[in-house]
Amino acid sequence: MNKAILLLEDGTIFEGQGFGAQGEVFGEVVFNTSITGYQEIITDPSYKAQIVTMTYPLIGNYGVNEEDAESCKPWLEGFVVKELSAIRSNWRSTMGLDEYLKKNNVVGIQGIDTRALTRDLRAQGAMQGVISTNDFDATSLMRKLKSAPRLVGRDLVKEVTCKEPYVWTAKLQAPSSKPQCYKVVVLDCGVKRNILRNLVSCGCKVKVVPAKTTAEEILKLKPDGLLLSNGPGDPEVVSYVIETARKLLGRLPIFGICLGHQMLGLAMGGKTYKLKFGHHGGNHPVKDLKTGKVAITSQNHGFNVDMKSIPIKNTIMTHLNLYDNTAEGLENKKLKLFSVQYHPEAGPGPHDAQYLFNKFVSMMKNA
Amino acid sequence: MPKRTDIKKILIIGSGPIIIGQACEFDYSGTQACKALREEGYKVILVNSNPATIMTDPETADKTYIEPITVEMLEKIIKKEKPDALLPTLGGQTGLNISIQLAEKGILDKYKVIMIGADRNAIKKAENRKLFKKSMQKIGLDLPKSGLAYNLSEAKKIAKGIGFPVIIRPSFTLGGTGGGTAYNEKQFEEIAARGLEASMISEILVEESIIGWKEYELEVMRDRKDNVVIICSIENFDPMGVHTGDSITVAPAQTLTDREYQHMRDAAIACIREIGVETGGSNIQFAINPDNGRMVIIEMNPRVSRSSALASKATGFPIAKIAAKLAVGYTLDEIPNDITKVTPSSFEPTIDYCVVKIPRFAFEKFPQADATLTIQMKSVGEVMAIGRTFKEALQKGLRGLEIKRFGFEGINYKDKEQLEERLKTPNSERIFYLYEALKLNYSLDKLYELTKIDRWFLENLRQIVESETRITEENLLWAKQLGFSDKQIAKVLNTEEDKIRELRKNRGIEPVYKLVDTCAAEFEAYTPYYYSTYETPFGKSQIPNPKSQTNSNIQYPISKTTEDEIRLSGKKKIMILGGGPNRIGQGIEFDYCCVHAAFALREIGYETIMVNSNPETVSTDYDTSDKLYFEPLTKEDVLNIIDKEQPEGVIVQLGGQTPLNLAVPLEKCGVKIIGTTPDAIDRAEDRKRFSELVDKLGLLQPQNGTAVTVDEAKVAAGKIGYPVLVRPSYVLGGRAMEIVYDDKALEYYMQKAVWASPERPVLVDKFIEDAIEVDVDMIADGETFVIGGIMEHIEEAGVHSGDAAMVLPPYTLLEETIEKIREITQALARELKVVGLMNAQYAVRNGTVYILEVNPRASRTVPFVSKAIGVPLAKLAAKVMAGKKLKDLGFTKEIIPKHISVKESVLPFVKFPGIDIILGPEMKSTGEVMGIDSDFGKAYCKSQLAAYQNLPKKGSVFISVKDADKKPLLVKAAGKLEDLKFEIISTAGTAEFLRKNRIKVKVIQRVSEGRPNLLDLMKEGKIQLIINTPSGKAPRQDEIKIRSSAIGLGIPVVTTLPGADACARGIDALIKGKLEVKAIQEYHKVKI
Repeated sequence: MNKAILLLEDGTIFEGQGFGAQGEVFGEVVFNTSITGYQEIITDPSYKAQIVTMTYPLIGNYGVNEEDAESCKPWLEGFVVKELSAIRSNWRSTMGLDEYLKKNNVVGIQGIDTRALTRDLRAQGAMQGVISTNDFDATSLMRKLKSAPRLVGRDLVKEVTCKEPYVWTAKLQAPSSKPQCYKVVVLDCGVKRNILRNLVSCGCKVKVVPAKTTAEEILKLKPDGLLLSNGPGDPEVVSYVIETARKLLGRLPIFGICLGHQMLGLAMGGKTYKLKFGHHGGNHPVKDLKTGKVAITSQNHGFNVDMKSIPIKNTIMTHLNLYDNTAEGLENKKLKLFSVQYHPEAGPGPHDAQYLFNKFVSMMKNA
Repeated sequence: MPKRTDIKKILIIGSGPIIIGQACEFDYSGTQACKALREEGYKVILVNSNPATIMTDPETADKTYIEPITVEMLEKIIKKEKPDALLPTLGGQTGLNISIQLAEKGILDKYKVIMIGADRNAIKKAENRKLFKKSMQKIGLDLPKSGLAYNLSEAKKIAKGIGFPVIIRPSFTLGGTGGGTAYNEKQFEEIAARGLEASMISEILVEESIIGWKEYELEVMRDRKDNVVIICSIENFDPMGVHTGDSITVAPAQTLTDREYQHMRDAAIACIREIGVETGGSNIQFAINPDNGRMVIIEMNPRVSRSSALASKATGFPIAKIAAKLAVGYTLDEIPNDITKVTPSSFEPTIDYCVVKIPRFAFEKFPQADATLTIQMKSVGEVMAIGRTFKEALQKGLRGLEIKRFGFEGINYKDKEQLEERLKTPNSERIFYLYEALKLNYSLDKLYELTKIDRWFLENLRQIVESETRITEENLLWAKQLGFSDKQIAKVLNTEEDKIRELRKNRGIEPVYKLVDTCAAEFEAYTPYYYSTYETPFGKSQIPNPKSQTNSNIQYPISKTTEDEIRLSGKKKIMILGGGPNRIGQGIEFDYCCVHAAFALREIGYETIMVNSNPETVSTDYDTSDKLYFEPLTKEDVLNIIDKEQPEGVIVQLGGQTPLNLAVPLEKCGVKIIGTTPDAIDRAEDRKRFSELVDKLGLLQPQNGTAVTVDEAKVAAGKIGYPVLVRPSYVLGGRAMEIVYDDKALEYYMQKAVWASPERPVLVDKFIEDAIEVDVDMIADGETFVIGGIMEHIEEAGVHSGDAAMVLPPYTLLEETIEKIREITQALARELKVVGLMNAQYAVRNGTVYILEVNPRASRTVPFVSKAIGVPLAKLAAKVMAGKKLKDLGFTKEIIPKHISVKESVLPFVKFPGIDIILGPEMKSTGEVMGIDSDFGKAYCKSQLAAYQNLPKKGSVFISVKDADKKPLLVKAAGKLEDLKFEIISTAGTAEFLRKNRIKVKVIQRVSEGRPNLLDLMKEGKIQLIINTPSGKAPRQDEIKIRSSAIGLGIPVVTTLPGADACARGIDALIKGKLEVKAIQEYHKVKI
């Protein structure tokens, strides 16, 4: 197997074996604690500009398949695992992970102590890093690493959003017989397919539009509601989406997810801040402050909304992360909007928060 | 939600004796629950008949009843204690079944006891096949096609509809007792009949066979706000068709995509909600068709289980403890996660390692038993191993099994045909046959076709086999990362284990220790629960300001290191070596001792370090000791920990034979063994040195010799005179121990004794017939020697002490004999300079005391004795080993209790139908119970009830004994039974003898003489008790049939004369006296 190196900006350097594509990639290194769901993670546009390390050591066991992709292709910059499976074993599998990453030009590294890496990231916070399969000179790599673009302050949405609007009709696999009677526009900041599937299954007609679509253009489509999607990177720099959202406050029922939640917070005049190493995994407990019930949630974000900074009255924090007491959701009934920081669509992760899609539908129904 | 204040006193029922399917995991769960509830200020009333448990320690509960787990006794306890609530979900199937009975008999209502955790309805819905099926269909879950039958003809009709093979599962049993797979009609009739018999409600499920499907388990918890979390997913290596207790299992699930896993998770959550387990843990099993992904739900246990113990140890999430807190009203988010401290328990643990559990079997003890693995559990213990990869964990687990394998290795086989047969039919050694097949380059597809084991597992096995041949001195780190032990590597490189160790250490190839932290390192973990692994080193370059944009003067590599998470303290430390996987002869009793040592040493200021590999135990609970290393108990693995921790001393005498066998090798490596010296241990274990010791002290030992070859054995036996007792040295549980009556049998034995070597010769002892056997436990500190207890065996010498019933204090021995035994024991302990515990066994005939063996270590009886005399001997022993004196600890005088304590053994014959149940020098029991009362009859009676022997109050007794047993003691027993209005039935010979002694007897013909015979009467329910002593060396076939049928029918069988006498006295007590209940705290007012 060929050699590969992962170098972090704190000087930590891991030597392992490369897999997937050959090359040199830069990104913010984060860890994800999900045991299953690597295919969904790899194809989640929110990971644009990031190098993802899986804390579960045995990856690739079930290969990849057609149905589980969250978008048309992988978006992350690099992929780090302890041991890549030499075999894929699952009745739905159509391709091995190694082959898939090769085909999609994603550089991977395996055979390193991913737990030590995770502990380093926990202690130092998310860091810039580089995986290289051709340059093993640390000094040269570090030089390149320092000059590579960073995640903060960069508009990544424009790189992952769709070029043209499109209609989405696929449902979740679970049987659902609801007729599609609500027209929802999804502002695509890097949307995951499972959001779209959930909407359809809950009775929505879904139209996905590029992130730069203006408020006026959206209103012209006469939707019953707007969904601000998940997406990569720093929310503050995506001014055009914030602007669109601001103009639509109170005019349409709005549901924001993850980056969409942050956009909504910013549109309402609030602020966002960066978390030390973010939340990436499928086991975070989130409490619904109204019912007191706890959902186990899928999470993937590096930024968070500062709830206190939102000046609009009657905006309440609806959900709380029980791991670190960060805000996980907000709602303004008068403005007919709510949003969550986590991923009710799962993919990967538990389905505990799926009820939020129904909530969005009721909101449109009562609007 | 705050905890409930409407309840104050909670009853917890334990699981009783260790049996196949129900082991020490319920001591672990029950103990956790007691601790958790008392922490919250509740009073806990505990009932368990098994004295070898931490839960029955007087400190664990407020009131502890070591009484039989029967409805009658429980009603008495409830009446006396008036608990407000019963928590039925922590005592295994036994606890659950008895709770249901208490509810159905109206006893709970009568005394206003509510069930918490799971109520009667929920339990019934989960346990009753029909209700379960209906409930699952209601929520849209798929199940295997099936039908319920209450008699044979109904069963046949259903089977016809489904088509063979079909699976038969009886309702309301434990460990799958009585179930099986039928491939044709004949098999079907046999298994169905057995299943109907085994079911408490005579109900069986006849089910579509899904043999070969992938099998999964989810551990689920729910709180009363309906928050549900999955603690752990488990994938079985062995596919459907093998009981999950007998399967190699792996956590987490390896071959499910997230979509499939979440689908299973949704199903599990829907299931626990529909069944209505209000709070607590449940275990839910699924099967998946590997070809198309069809998922069916198999079963649900509405309680903590063996798998939840495994899940707790695999993730660090204490399921039983949390279940107890949820039962009194807390919600998951109100309970902090002990390990991270900052996060709540309302989360799903995520792990960054792979866990492998491997069952341990005892077929060598039951050579006639069918060793095929089926849906009825047959294993007696298990080992768990943690590694960063499946390969590493599997190899660690295999060497942790302690079956003389040092990783994934091969096995002898005849030819390809036999090999393939062994792969096709699940058996306890299939994994080793897989090694051989991979060596022969069998393809994964072919192996899959034979075994249906998932290709992902097979591929990993293939990698191990393939890598083995590529190991060189230059790639040791790589080999260690694949889990190879030094011993395996030494074999490949044709050298010694110690050489590899040296080579490795010279090159800095040492394990690192990582934490089990519930969260894959996302949060800091505070609980020191470790496993070893070999990690790849990485570099750390130093830059003055890591985030500075200007500095790029990086130097690499400064140094390469591996990350080790061990937190070493400056404290004085003592390491305790545990007993590894349970097996017959070494089980919970030794874990009990290790746990006590941890508690005691912590009390006197030591940091305690526990090393063990058994996930069922209390010792591997992360808060039992200050540090827990979940590691195999091999020289290599233990030395590696010692290298890092550098403890002041290591305790080897409490965990049974496993650590004892490590004593000398560890000492040779410079490890300080505390307590009795390894040399003294060797003096007692080594036959020659022991004889010298006995001679030196002028004591008496049965004549003996040693032999390596057949001829040597014959010479020895000739000198000593038959019968002789033959056995290997350095074993526990009477492994391969036999009484031999002539040259022919001796030859046969020696041919089987392939393990014999000059270092490990066969021991040949004179067998003293008709002697009374006595067990003595002693504690000593080198200066003071105190008898813990003297126990008289009820069965005559020749029955292994682990299988014999025992009475404390002795009930027939003369005082002068007892005094003699005291003196001899003292002399032995003094000579061996015992520091800690010592057990001695004697045979007494006509007042002469022969020494049978001396074990300078904790014995199986230590917990029993401790409970009988009210002194925690193992705790004292640990303190003594750490240098304390018995005088200062306040224990200097033997306690002779006024009450009588009887220890009875529980045997696994019901799981091995058809085999003879006669007891002998080879130990066969899996567990024990204690009966305690004011006189012998009552105490014995309680011990029998506790061991599930249905002592009858009326009816017919069948008596048939060998000629040698036709003596006054038989007349006494039969006379007593006659007085108690029992009808006595005998075969001609015994009848004649009894009639001569004026006992009325009805004669029945022998089984071989035609019908109707005894077997018919038994089946018709006309026999309530059988007294049948084996005739001669080779028991007759019809006797075996009688005895094994009796086991199947639940008729108590007594196979020795003293046993018959004790039994008659017990029945007398049962009829005449009312059995009362008394808490252990009432027996022992004084505490040490």
